[in-house]
Amino acid sequence: MIEELRKKAEELLKNDTVKVVFGYGEGSVPERTRPVFITKPEDVNKLTWNKYCVYNLTTYLKRQETRKLGKPALILKGCDARTIIVLLKECQIKREDVYIIGVTCDGVGDPLAEKCKACDVHTPLIYDDLVGEKRENKEVPFEERYAELDEYEKLGEKEKWEFWQKQFEKCIKCYACSNICPLCFCDRCIVEKNQPQWIDPSAHARGNLSWNVTRAYHLAGRCINCEECQRVCPVDIPLNLLNKKLAKEAERSFNYRPGYNIDDELAMSTYKEDDEQEFFK
Amino acid sequence: MSETKFEPKIIAFLCNWCTYAGADLAGTGRKEYQANVRIIKLPCTGGIDPLFLIKAFERGADGILVSGCHPGDCHYNSGNYHARRRWNVFRPLLEFCGINPDRIQFSWISAAEGGKWVETINGIVDAVRELGPFESYQKLNTIGPEVSVSGGATAASSETG
Ligand code: SF4
Ligand code: SF4
Ligand code: SF4
Repeated sequence: MIEELRKKAEELLKNDTVKVVFGYGEGSVPERTRPVFITKPEDVNKLTWNKYCVYNLTTYLKRQETRKLGKPALILKGCDARTIIVLLKECQIKREDVYIIGVTCDGVGDPLAEKCKACDVHTPLIYDDLVGEKRENKEVPFEERYAELDEYEKLGEKEKWEFWQKQFEKCIKCYACSNICPLCFCDRCIVEKNQPQWIDPSAHARGNLSWNVTRAYHLAGRCINCEECQRVCPVDIPLNLLNKKLAKEAERSFNYRPGYNIDDELAMSTYKEDDEQEFFK
Repeated sequence: MSETKFEPKIIAFLCNWCTYAGADLAGTGRKEYQANVRIIKLPCTGGIDPLFLIKAFERGADGILVSGCHPGDCHYNSGNYHARRRWNVFRPLLEFCGINPDRIQFSWISAAEGGKWVETINGIVDAVRELGPFESYQKLNTIGPEVSVSGGATAASSETG
């Protein structure tokens, strides 16, 4: 598969289909990979593929440094490729601006990433070329997909509050979570705005609650569950739980899952007249 | 402050066209209701950012009401439908973080429903009085453990006002 990837990358660079290939390279230790940006056909041997290729490379579509390199080809797993569908729907990229080298994938991480346990996109849903043998994408039942939330949803109000306060208390407002997120692409994040100051910038309990809730909420109906934000959080706040909770609510209420179907309306920019409203008096 | 009976502070975010007019009608009809509510009038429920709610709690609210035109009656046609989608995900998120959903209530009240306004306000005030002050939020510290917005000088002076 690695050879196939390199050949594809070489061909795309040689015939000038793309200017750069965003892929995975070997890391400093075997259990790590690193993002690489290949611009010359002779460098394609730097590309690799293994179960440590956890990163969602679509995040580089929002960065000036990598945008400057010209039209990219991206090596994308099924989950990462869902980002492309959201970015297209949100008018952040045009389909012709990116070349997608989809890779079929059986799971990443060691131990296996949580998302992979309920993966239904082993074969990406959108690509220009597919590398690897096609897998069948079987949908995992709703309950199973959100099973991780059960033990937290069961907690009492006070326990929930305490659990999250303990988590948010650790936040150092480094914004790694929003920086890595391919769907956090505002030029100026709400947290940077100070007239008025909506979110306290210092890392204290009150500002941290406001920040973490807002970050998660801004991804409601958009987050494709790549788990990158949680991976980069230096203080291990389980951000996936918040993201997943919102994904669950969006799916339950609007029957919508982001990144699956390019024809679907974006959940938060549309509505149905009969949307759920039992909590309205 | 601790000996005085707890009177909840309720912030109501209302749309200009329906609920605010409904509240006005309650006033012109000389209907009485509990005086715990501070109204913030906005053009439309569709313009209420969830951060408004968070800010209200930060500044000492014990409960929040969001209210606007009934579905189908929005002055801007669809603002309340969009708002409803938002609360459909935001409300469970806050609940997941340990905030009692009774502290944030939603309603549709038209300009003709002065009576419903009275009922709604009395309902939320009673519910929040039952829950008690939202101390767990108000006491979230900023710079030091004893500093909190509701316990500070600003809140004390607004209490007398
Ligand atoms: S979620 Fe699916 S596509 Fe993504 S890394 Fe896991 S197994 Fe691969
Ligand atoms: S919020 Fe986290 S899991 Fe969701 S898309 Fe962004 S980085 Fe990925
Ligand atoms: S990455 Fe973690 S510590 Fe940094 S801002 Fe995000 S939640 Fe806070």
